Amino acid sequence: MSIPFYVPPEQLVKDRAEYARKGIARGRSIVAMEYVGGVLLLAENPSRTLYKISEIYDRIAFAGVGKYNEFEALRVAGIRHADLKGYMYGRPDVAAKGLANAFSQTLGNIFTHEIKPYEVEILVVEVGLNGDSNKLFKVTYDGTLYDERWFCAIGGQADILTSNLTERYQDPASLTATIQMVADAFKQVEQRQIDGWEAAVLDRQTERRTFRRLSQDEIAAALGNG
Amino acid sequence: MSVDRFTGGLPAVAPSPGTSFTDLLRSLDLAPEWKGSGAVGSVQAPEGTTVLALRYADGVVMVGDRQATEGHLVAHRRIQKVFRADNYSTVAISGTAGLAVEMVRLFQTELEHYEKLEGTRLSLDGKATYLARMVRSQLPMVFQGLVVVPLFAGFDEASREGRLYTFDVVGGRYEEQDFGATGTGGRDAKSFLRGAYREGFDEPTALNVAIQALIAASEEDTATGGPDIQRGIFPNVVTVTSAGYREVPEDQVGAISSAALEAVR
Repeated sequence: MSIPFYVPPEQLVKDRAEYARKGIARGRSIVAMEYVGGVLLLAENPSRTLYKISEIYDRIAFAGVGKYNEFEALRVAGIRHADLKGYMYGRPDVAAKGLANAFSQTLGNIFTHEIKPYEVEILVVEVGLNGDSNKLFKVTYDGTLYDERWFCAIGGQADILTSNLTERYQDPASLTATIQMVADAFKQVEQRQIDGWEAAVLDRQTERRTFRRLSQDEIAAALGNG
Repeated sequence: MSVDRFTGGLPAVAPSPGTSFTDLLRSLDLAPEWKGSGAVGSVQAPEGTTVLALRYADGVVMVGDRQATEGHLVAHRRIQKVFRADNYSTVAISGTAGLAVEMVRLFQTELEHYEKLEGTRLSLDGKATYLARMVRSQLPMVFQGLVVVPLFAGFDEASREGRLYTFDVVGGRYEEQDFGATGTGGRDAKSFLRGAYREGFDEPTALNVAIQALIAASEEDTATGGPDIQRGIFPNVVTVTSAGYREVPEDQVGAISSAALEAVR
């Protein structure tokens, strides 16, 4: 009988984290930012059909960076979770906090128990209705859950984007101004031509399902080159 | 039958339910069971009565009365029988109200679930086919005397026109070119519409004729509740056009109803 080599748990976790981080560092970033009418999600995405941002429920949106098949599986699971809850109880009972917790549990389990951790970071955002504040949650590859205010970035350049945006951000602005601000931060941080934008909003004015994808024309118009 | 199964983690490992919400429920043992036992008529439950729909120039209009009956008694005066299925379609119910409302809830969730997972809406035809399947899965209950028959209509985003579908108890699905009605007063509504319907009505005329048809049904059929001006109970009226699903405001329905009742007098 062969005895497996002893690997100290610190080393094991470190190796896994490093592996996951390497994968995520290759992913293009996504920013969620509060504006006066709701929450904007803006991503760099060269594809027009494979989305990184999507609707989960009435007030909740999801965004993921990293390996497509992995965050897509998480997105599908999130929609199932939300639809089940809404069907079993009621539409107002589906909230971002419970969902972010579920993502955190799942990613945490995968990080410790599976052969390889997921190389993803995800955002779960909720627009606050009736005077409630918006909620921005970020969940990392190891299941760590962050609760952010005003804006939040994920992906390869997340840290630099965050410090860049901290300098720019004052108060919730109009949608156009917010798109411009985030796009400028992207351009400054990446220092290259951006390959394409994907944007969506959770619009507080909309009844029931607040998620709306912005068309390429709308994005171009907001960026002033429409 | 445990709800904890989805409150803790995510149901990521549900045995491949694909895009169907009902299959997801089934895989978690949470799906509603459309099965019954016991003699026919051993269960008495409130029944929804008359709903009707007709096509017009911009799309479709769907109208439902507000009454539910139990045998010869009025069970409820203000129930809702016309619902939003999604942004471009509407579904109305007749028959055993409790089961029908549950069916509608499941149908709504199913359409939304598909739309979110796939990133695109089902075609109108696809939605009608799915609804037919749901009616058919209800067949065991039909033998117990608990019947649900829906009416489905919507705006076809591909062919840019309103379309409507009627169903039978075994899940037969029939597309109608002009109008459709179901429920106890459905026959009377249809015989009214047969005389009054013209192709290409504008919206005010379509609303007017639809409400008149419901009044005609309520006069012949005791189970159907017409507009009740005294109590301020008016039919549910919705339209689906290229602009999507719209509920016609109650004061507008009230005004049309009053005028129509006046004309009958």
